[in-house]
Amino acid sequence: MSSAKKFEVIRTVFAVLVALAISFVIIFFVSEQPVEAIKQLLTGPLSSKRNFGNVLESMVPLIFTGTGVCIMFSANQINLASEGAFHVGGLIATCVAINMTTRFMSPICAMVCAGIVGAIFTAIPAIMKITTSAPELVSSLMINYLALYFGNYMLNNVIGDPKASAASYVLSDASKLPVLIDGTRVHLGFVIAILVAVLGYIFLYRTKIGYELRLTGENGEFAKYSGINIVKVILVSQLVGGFIAGLGGGVEMLSPIYQRFTWTALLGYGWDAIVICTLAKNNPLYTPFAAFFLAYLRTGASIMSRRTDVTLEIVQITQGIIIMLVVAEQFLSRYKHKMIAKEAKAALKEEEVA
Amino acid sequence: MDNQIVLQMNHIMKIYGNGVVANEDVSLELRKGEIHALLGENGAGKSTLMKVLFGIESPDQGEILLNGKKTVIKSPQDAISKGIGMVHQHFMLVPSLTVAENIILGVAPKKGLFIDMDKALEAAENIAKEYNFDIDVRQKVEEIPVGIKQKVEILKALYRGAEILILDEPTAVLTPQETEELFAQLIKLREKGHTIIFISHKLDEIKQICNRATIMRNGRSMGTYEVADISTQEMSRLMVGREISLTFDKKEQKLTDNVFLKVRNLTVHNSQGVLKVDNLSFDLKGGEILGIAGVEGNGQTELVDTLTGLNKRYKGEIQIKGQDIANSSIADIRDMKLANIPEDRMSSGCAGTLSIQENLFSNQYRDSKYSGRFFMKRKAIENRSDELIKEYMIKCKNRKQNVGMLSGGNIQKVIVAREFSTGPDLIIANQPTRGIDVGAAAFIRKRLLEFRDAGCAVLLISADLTEIFSLSDRLAVMYKGKFAGFFTDVEKVTEDELGQHMLGIKQDDVLEGVMYE
Amino acid sequence: MWSAILSPDFFSAILRSATPILFATLAAGIAAKSGITNMALEGILLFSALFGVIFSSLTQSAWLGLIITVVIGGLIGLVLAFFILNLKTDEILAAIAINLAATGGTVLIMLYFSGDRGVSSSIRSFATPTVTIPLIDKIPFIGEVLSGQNALTWLALLAVIVMHLFLYKTPMGLSIRAVGENKNAAESVGISSRKVQYIALIISGALAAMGGFFLSGGYMNMFTKDMAGGRGYIALAASSMGGNTPVGGFLVSLLFGAAQALANIMQLTSVMPYEIILMVPYLTTLVGLGIYYYSQKRKKERLSGK
Repeated sequence: MSSAKKFEVIRTVFAVLVALAISFVIIFFVSEQPVEAIKQLLTGPLSSKRNFGNVLESMVPLIFTGTGVCIMFSANQINLASEGAFHVGGLIATCVAINMTTRFMSPICAMVCAGIVGAIFTAIPAIMKITTSAPELVSSLMINYLALYFGNYMLNNVIGDPKASAASYVLSDASKLPVLIDGTRVHLGFVIAILVAVLGYIFLYRTKIGYELRLTGENGEFAKYSGINIVKVILVSQLVGGFIAGLGGGVEMLSPIYQRFTWTALLGYGWDAIVICTLAKNNPLYTPFAAFFLAYLRTGASIMSRRTDVTLEIVQITQGIIIMLVVAEQFLSRYKHKMIAKEAKAALKEEEVA
Repeated sequence: MDNQIVLQMNHIMKIYGNGVVANEDVSLELRKGEIHALLGENGAGKSTLMKVLFGIESPDQGEILLNGKKTVIKSPQDAISKGIGMVHQHFMLVPSLTVAENIILGVAPKKGLFIDMDKALEAAENIAKEYNFDIDVRQKVEEIPVGIKQKVEILKALYRGAEILILDEPTAVLTPQETEELFAQLIKLREKGHTIIFISHKLDEIKQICNRATIMRNGRSMGTYEVADISTQEMSRLMVGREISLTFDKKEQKLTDNVFLKVRNLTVHNSQGVLKVDNLSFDLKGGEILGIAGVEGNGQTELVDTLTGLNKRYKGEIQIKGQDIANSSIADIRDMKLANIPEDRMSSGCAGTLSIQENLFSNQYRDSKYSGRFFMKRKAIENRSDELIKEYMIKCKNRKQNVGMLSGGNIQKVIVAREFSTGPDLIIANQPTRGIDVGAAAFIRKRLLEFRDAGCAVLLISADLTEIFSLSDRLAVMYKGKFAGFFTDVEKVTEDELGQHMLGIKQDDVLEGVMYE
Repeated sequence: MWSAILSPDFFSAILRSATPILFATLAAGIAAKSGITNMALEGILLFSALFGVIFSSLTQSAWLGLIITVVIGGLIGLVLAFFILNLKTDEILAAIAINLAATGGTVLIMLYFSGDRGVSSSIRSFATPTVTIPLIDKIPFIGEVLSGQNALTWLALLAVIVMHLFLYKTPMGLSIRAVGENKNAAESVGISSRKVQYIALIISGALAAMGGFFLSGGYMNMFTKDMAGGRGYIALAASSMGGNTPVGGFLVSLLFGAAQALANIMQLTSVMPYEIILMVPYLTTLVGLGIYYYSQKRKKERLSGK
């Protein structure tokens, strides 16, 4: 491993530790039982099979949106519509799953539809960028709200169950993804998620279009000069990324966690995806690991909030700090410069000897 | 001139974040009231040394003494307050502001909380008058020509009380008249007691106005000499380490009948709507190198961008191998066996954050040798990478090293390896050896000749006259988007004659029969 | 419905709805002029809305609460600047981090202070007063529109003028524009671009904080979870459509204010489902963004002769 790569790993680990440390300090401030809270946060997920199952089940949406965003960001498109894509994915899967009762076909149809709608959704900012050159960042932020209110409209007027409050009709049994491990809610979606991460990696690093995508992302001018069709790359990357995010929404909705569509607010998985991407260095293969870390933290926090007086939202602060430190180029840079200067000096000496 | 020493830089060492050792051991000494040349090839470390002096970079080792006292220059601000001013090669002006606003930027006269604009205009006019600069300070900088922009730069430094003035390749963008004017002004500044560091690699200019010269090579200083006591040959020897050998064993030309590139009445405007290529026509046949000389910014970039398909907005006709390219994409044009060595290697020639291997195939990954319908053929690509690294003598750890970590010459070799490995019929090389070491440059030039001998057509755009002279079979000079001169017998052209065409003093008109049939 | 739209009340409503967006737009503008996209506005709005409630309650004064909130807003700008400028964090990712921390942090803090996770109604807070200026209120129509606006709305209008003078007439304003347009040029004359961008981001944070305070202390006097509702993002769009100038930003903010006010009226008339009406401000932004950038693109194309 080169010194630069080694440094990256050290820095990421250190950033995570610092973020955790800061979170602990915050817990000490707001809590009357800080030691217990931290203990629950760190060991809670390991305290029972069910809790650990929670970790695995919460990894699923994170892997999906994480992989989707990795692909979108690799093309250097700062499209944040995966948040909305996940939401509409869940919504469409619901629509399909309520009405279809055929075994096998129902969940497959629901997932495919969720993916397609997610893809179309994230393509909107990309198409806007291509045709009007409006920055995809801002337009993607806007359409996320459109996704939310469209979902609410559907929930209140089309798929809402009058007998339930703010919930859709019950999803058909045939559409639900089977549980894999007894005593937990770890479902088939977990396997699909891992598969998607691996396929995402193959797509980015082994295929022609993936190569075009990365070239474009690293240096658009260069890609254009090389004869790569940038418009195609932007479109494909956003379609694929959106498909995965939308599929994630669908899978989540078909998981044993939900019986009905109840999302009246955006769930934030699109934002979490950015943490995942940052930790995974835009490589889909690493998203399950990053997702495991985040899911563990989340599950820990949720156990902590149930058993002590510290709220779950502390995790978002931890996530914020992690992003900040991991992408802070200069964080620990003095150490890095020393490391590289030492190598360069050593190389000089070698040359002189030779 | 007294011999008071105003500045000493001793044993400066600077290593950049990517591990490049830009200055290994450099020393420089300035006397009050001299014009001191800093001489060296591109990449010798001149700019880095000046960045250290101007507080942009901090040295890893070494010390700076200003008027005999040891100082640390922390920032450009610090440098300016210590009486050091710098005129950068790329102008440091804010286009939408006026000349006066640019001059007073950062040191604006105030009336209460606000800028005293009347006073600012007056101050700017005064300083221009004091140094005999003829400038309208109310004009916006985006509207004034290059020569005047440079004057604004010098005024900016003087307005801030610069005693030591660093000029980084000031003549690179100037016409000869502007250069003469600049030199007259520099001599006046010297008479007023200013000390000037004059960075250049043009030996005649140094002979003309400099008192002493410090020569740099490969991040080390090779000594300081009285300019009057040293010959240009000696200077160039110290600069490159050996007598420049310009004689390539250029073989007898075997011109073919294949017109690989045919351009008729080509007219191009840039994105600001300025006419950059003006009704240009020429043919390029297999087996020849057509050199295009000219001062930068006379339409060369736009010409290349249009020929390679990067720019689609043009009038006129372009045919590659008899095929009109009006509706061809960049990829289509590349498939016609065109190789393109771009002018700016970092911005369009490579992706610095990707590996050598990934950079070597950007133009040919579609080839069935390297990819199938969906997937890349990894093994084939890896093997071919290793071959190319060996063949082009790219100095690197392995094929997985990031291109950005290599030296300029090796990055250029990666680009050349990529472009040449497709077996091109038509090569467009824009400044193929700019800013790279002598060895790599010679290597690339030799390759270009080999391709010519093999029947390939080469369009060579270069600001380096020795390169143009030693490689071209035919030679055209571009001036304001037109061919201002063309020569079929390159060996008989003198630099002086070429210079006059480059500056638009002399212009030929009848292209037919010379540039095309 | 039309009579409702043409009444002074409606224009008054536009100003009211535009106020938080206007503050945020000015904040986005000054950051953009210095060369930084401040996407953290959303988080700053959210934090400030909560801090406004908390500090006006703790100090028993809306004005003291506002001052403290503005100071904290400036501090968040400072933290953002530290990460972007000193630690070289990508500005978008740094902003996302701050926004994430705001989403979680406001709930955490609110729970700590009020014991509630959704709304802060248990905290007794204070809103800034409404202001009627004697002579102006006699002007027909305009007087009616302006009279009785919240003090912060007046402050927002004042901020447009102040920011304009600051950017175009003062030395610091000149420096900010120079840094944003050509950082190297500014550096070369000894302007510390870092210092200038720090100042721009601190001002940006402080302005956004006023907008955030208005959300919880101008419209109403309580904080609800996620109450910024994307206004920070809308401001980014508004500012770029206004050429990042204070006056341009003001005009575009009015447009968004109008979209919001229209949505409010439509809500009463029930011509459309409630959820669709809620989309109006975002849809307006999206369409506006597309039109603005398309016209810019066309302008550039015309220049290059096609």
